[in-house]
Amino acid sequence: MTQARRAWVGESVPRFEDEALLRGRGRFMDDLAPVPNAGHAAIVRSPFAHATIGTVDASAALAVPGVRGILTGEDVLALSRPFPAGIESSVPYYAVANDVARYAGEPVAVVVADSRYIAEDAAELVAVEYDPLGPEEVTVHERSFSYGAVDAAFETADAVVRWRYAFPRWTGAPVECFGVVADWRDDGLTAWANFQGPFTLHSVAAAALGLRGTKLRLITPPDSGGSFGIKASVYVYVVLMGLASRKLGIPVRWTEDRLEHLTASAHSTGRVTDVEAAFASDGELLGLRYDVTEDVGAYVRAPEPATLYRMHGSLAGAYRVRNVAVRARVVLTNRCPSGLNRGFGGPQLYLALERTIDRAARQLAIDPAELRRRNLVQEFPWRSPSGGLYESGDYVACLAAALDLVGYDERRREQAAGRTIGIGIACVVEPSVSNMGYISLALGPDERAAGLPKSGNVEGCTITISPLGGIAVALSTTPQGQGHRTVAAQIVAERLGVAPDEVEVSSVLDTSTSAWSVASGAYSSRFSGVGAGAVAAAADKLATKIDTIRKHVGEDISLRRVAGMCHWSPESLPPGMEPGLSALAFFAAPNLEPPDPDDRVSSSGSHGFIADVAVVEVDHETGSVRVLDYVTVHDAGRLLNPLIVEGQVRGGFAHGAAAALFERIVYDEDGALLTGTFIDYLCPTAPDLPEPRIAHRESPQPSLPLGAKGLGEGNTMSAPAALLNAVADALGIDELELPLTPPRVWGALHA
Amino acid sequence: MIELRVNGLVRRGGAEPRTLLSDFLRHELGLTGTHVGCEHGVCGACTVELDGVAVRSCLLFAVQAEGREVRTVEGLEWGPMQEAFRRHHALQCGFCTPGILIAATALLERGPVSREQVIELLGGHLCRCTGYTPIVAAILEAAGEQ
Amino acid sequence: MKPPAFRYERPETVDEAALLLAEHGDEAKILAGGQSLVPIMNFRLLRPAVLVDINHTVGLDGRSGQAIGATVRQRDFRGNGLVDRAMPYVGHFVTRNRGTVGGSIAHADASAELPLSLVTLGGTVTTSKGRHLAAEEFFVTHYTTLLQTDELLVETTWPAASRAGFSEFALRHGDFALSMCACSVKIESGVFVAARVGVGAVCDRPTLLDLQLEGAPGTVETAREAGARAASLVDPPGNLHASASYLKHLTSVVVSRALEQTL
Repeated sequence: MTQARRAWVGESVPRFEDEALLRGRGRFMDDLAPVPNAGHAAIVRSPFAHATIGTVDASAALAVPGVRGILTGEDVLALSRPFPAGIESSVPYYAVANDVARYAGEPVAVVVADSRYIAEDAAELVAVEYDPLGPEEVTVHERSFSYGAVDAAFETADAVVRWRYAFPRWTGAPVECFGVVADWRDDGLTAWANFQGPFTLHSVAAAALGLRGTKLRLITPPDSGGSFGIKASVYVYVVLMGLASRKLGIPVRWTEDRLEHLTASAHSTGRVTDVEAAFASDGELLGLRYDVTEDVGAYVRAPEPATLYRMHGSLAGAYRVRNVAVRARVVLTNRCPSGLNRGFGGPQLYLALERTIDRAARQLAIDPAELRRRNLVQEFPWRSPSGGLYESGDYVACLAAALDLVGYDERRREQAAGRTIGIGIACVVEPSVSNMGYISLALGPDERAAGLPKSGNVEGCTITISPLGGIAVALSTTPQGQGHRTVAAQIVAERLGVAPDEVEVSSVLDTSTSAWSVASGAYSSRFSGVGAGAVAAAADKLATKIDTIRKHVGEDISLRRVAGMCHWSPESLPPGMEPGLSALAFFAAPNLEPPDPDDRVSSSGSHGFIADVAVVEVDHETGSVRVLDYVTVHDAGRLLNPLIVEGQVRGGFAHGAAAALFERIVYDEDGALLTGTFIDYLCPTAPDLPEPRIAHRESPQPSLPLGAKGLGEGNTMSAPAALLNAVADALGIDELELPLTPPRVWGALHA
Repeated sequence: MIELRVNGLVRRGGAEPRTLLSDFLRHELGLTGTHVGCEHGVCGACTVELDGVAVRSCLLFAVQAEGREVRTVEGLEWGPMQEAFRRHHALQCGFCTPGILIAATALLERGPVSREQVIELLGGHLCRCTGYTPIVAAILEAAGEQ
Repeated sequence: MKPPAFRYERPETVDEAALLLAEHGDEAKILAGGQSLVPIMNFRLLRPAVLVDINHTVGLDGRSGQAIGATVRQRDFRGNGLVDRAMPYVGHFVTRNRGTVGGSIAHADASAELPLSLVTLGGTVTTSKGRHLAAEEFFVTHYTTLLQTDELLVETTWPAASRAGFSEFALRHGDFALSMCACSVKIESGVFVAARVGVGAVCDRPTLLDLQLEGAPGTVETAREAGARAASLVDPPGNLHASASYLKHLTSVVVSRALEQTL
């Protein structure tokens, strides 16, 4: 009999992932030995930020007992091609440096030995001739965009606000580092790696290896120890270890250590934004101009220059302004190549925009909350000037709720009474489910027209019901802690009339057997939009088939019975029905199109909204920022699992607050990395990190089957702006830069 | 070859003097629940108990554990702490969790704890997923149930 | 990040340990708690040929009165008024379980709390050669002490504090301080009659400052003035996280805060 259907979606179902992890039975990359006899790799890395490379003498290293072979730049040049990227660059990017090393930590050679210990011993003996060069900055990309009548807006403005904002490099620093096992055989590569997608990068890796796609079999482990975007860049090491395996004829295992991770995995871009904003005297935001310079490091590494364009549809943020212009530039520097990092372009955009709103409020003598309220988008669906489609929301209500929760008026009264607190607001549109076509904005309309138009964000899911009625779901969303298995079980359970714990979900992606697509992976907070959509679509297919069979039988037979018929007695099925009981479904956000000829694009399939209010107090003696309160009101549409939602919000906030108050990648003038350990790269711990108060509104997204929008990155985008606004408000000074560490705040006070 | 007791069993494995206890547990004994996150004593993921005391296994050589008693996350009994972690969603990727479970278990075995002590304890552990709040709540709840 | 190879020795007696040091000279290193040594070895910034593990060496883990054996764990060192205030700042719960008192003293990190406390208390270091060295002389400069290559620290002696104060400022909980102050003072009839005030992290070794407190009233004002004087007496270089002027200023803050605790 079918059970009474229960609405599992929306319930705080505790995670099925947890038990194994709590028992120490997780299966992370370095726990696995998928092939026997793998050699252990250590990488020889350039100590110089920029240097020509002369001879690489590996003879002493090769003589170390236990060493199984060495891969050098010469080999890599012979065996591979440069990694392709979204824009042409004068500097080809290979898995190791050949003639020139372009950042400190860049791989120069790989030593493979019987153990990592021996490999590190031998790596020290590889003699590399370096001839240091001076630092180099090259602009490799520039495009300008203008929407509406920007110049006219500035001509008629009553007030113009200008400022420059720098968002430093920082990095997600997952506690688990990169890991790869590479096994070259049968003219192809099988690699296990804690890669997170997007699987567009699978094609990039295959191209570098000179393999057609099916010859690069990439398999992810069941568990991954955090990523926050960073592990998208593992693919470079899949290629590197694949080449080592190819040359040496043995499988090669490489587990990145923390020094390597902080030096050479991936950082966020470093961005400098000049903003000009035109306002009418009543506070109406009339126009925005951005001039953005993006430091992507030593190479344009795919998917860069995506950071630059990820927010393109949301350049106007949450505001109604119709006139927006941006000039976007990409600069190569002698630093670690940038890559995905939680927020990906959002923290940088909103720091500039939301700080500008606060400065304008002061200049116009309008309360910053009121100024925002007057400008917030109020009609939905809303098409932003640069093309973003905001389908649903109630931004004004969210802001009002946040102000109410934080006791805004009372806090302002305290401030007026002389308490040296600061209040900072940030209103941000949180995009999720990246449009795979936005990156083609880097090309002009004519260039785009010449190629395949790209758009959408496809995800796949397979559900198989066994002969005994067991339900197995295979995801291609490569989670790193986001609870995809649990939420998928909820969705399938609800649609098939079972309990979630009767649904087995696997998150192992194997490119040879999984239902995956270019967009697959865990990034741009895409699970609740398209990941869940694919699960629902596959479950719906099965539910329809099961329903048809039940009608055919004329009885409400059990799922087990239905499964039995499909597997054991196909002749009993309705005429013409396919035997077996399995469904494969792909789902794409239905509202995404390629950039239009005027460069408009909805760069994301989904747009949530967040209103944050931070209240801080600054210790003028030490410069310490104490967060007295932090309220965040979210509208991410329908919440699929509130327990997991809360975790995502807290995690997103932790990264945003860390960028605001602690973390920064620092290089010296010679390009040496100064924050290469966890002693100097300041990840906050429990005593250091403030705690947000969280509230939700739910405006479901009409175009998505579950109505849920992404929410994993919003507070990473909003918190740096809200906290900077709060500290600036407390101190009454503008010359503040992230992170707001005590010495830097004190320095600004005494500048 | 060294011999020691791990999670109540006598275990043996090969170790050079320089073999870190973390590597020995993971690769020699197959106890991969102990995780390695930084190998310089900051992240806390590798925390195990040595003779009943929580220590960083990346800052110990395996030879130092010869003849001694080690407890890893695999040796912890499922109990109120694990239940509380699940209930509070105190783990996401779960990579830092084994070290925190060992340290928190050790702390709670010493007697009643305050919220401040729990937060101080977590000062020695990096978690990049949760923002720590649910971990504090879970440990305090487990402490209350002891 | 794997340490280079070394020979491992586990001497049973202090004499054996000292002999090993004599035999190997600069090539040998004492391994106590390892909380500072092993990270540096994992970074391959230090590559001793021989590690002399004194964790099982007889006679080093004792306590008698104010004397604390070299391998007494930091977590077990309680009962000294100043140390009790400083210890929560020493690393973390788990590192204090393993880290030793003697190891921290011998390592002589200028930003570490225990060396500063020992100097402030006027403590002494006893070595395997039977030398009793005043803490004020023992610390020479960064990571350098009066210990000779064939000599190991056997115990440290920690005089009781009068009224103790300890204040430090770090960017994160448990990090090494940007600046810190330890003090032990006597106040009679509302007046400072004796004061030992030490600062750390802003000098190349823990350093006592003469703040001319004797005779001054035991007030917040005095503490503030002493802080300002302390700042004028130190000349820290800037670092990655903080400018020289900030560190100098911060020293006035931690000194006045530490002194205020004693009022």
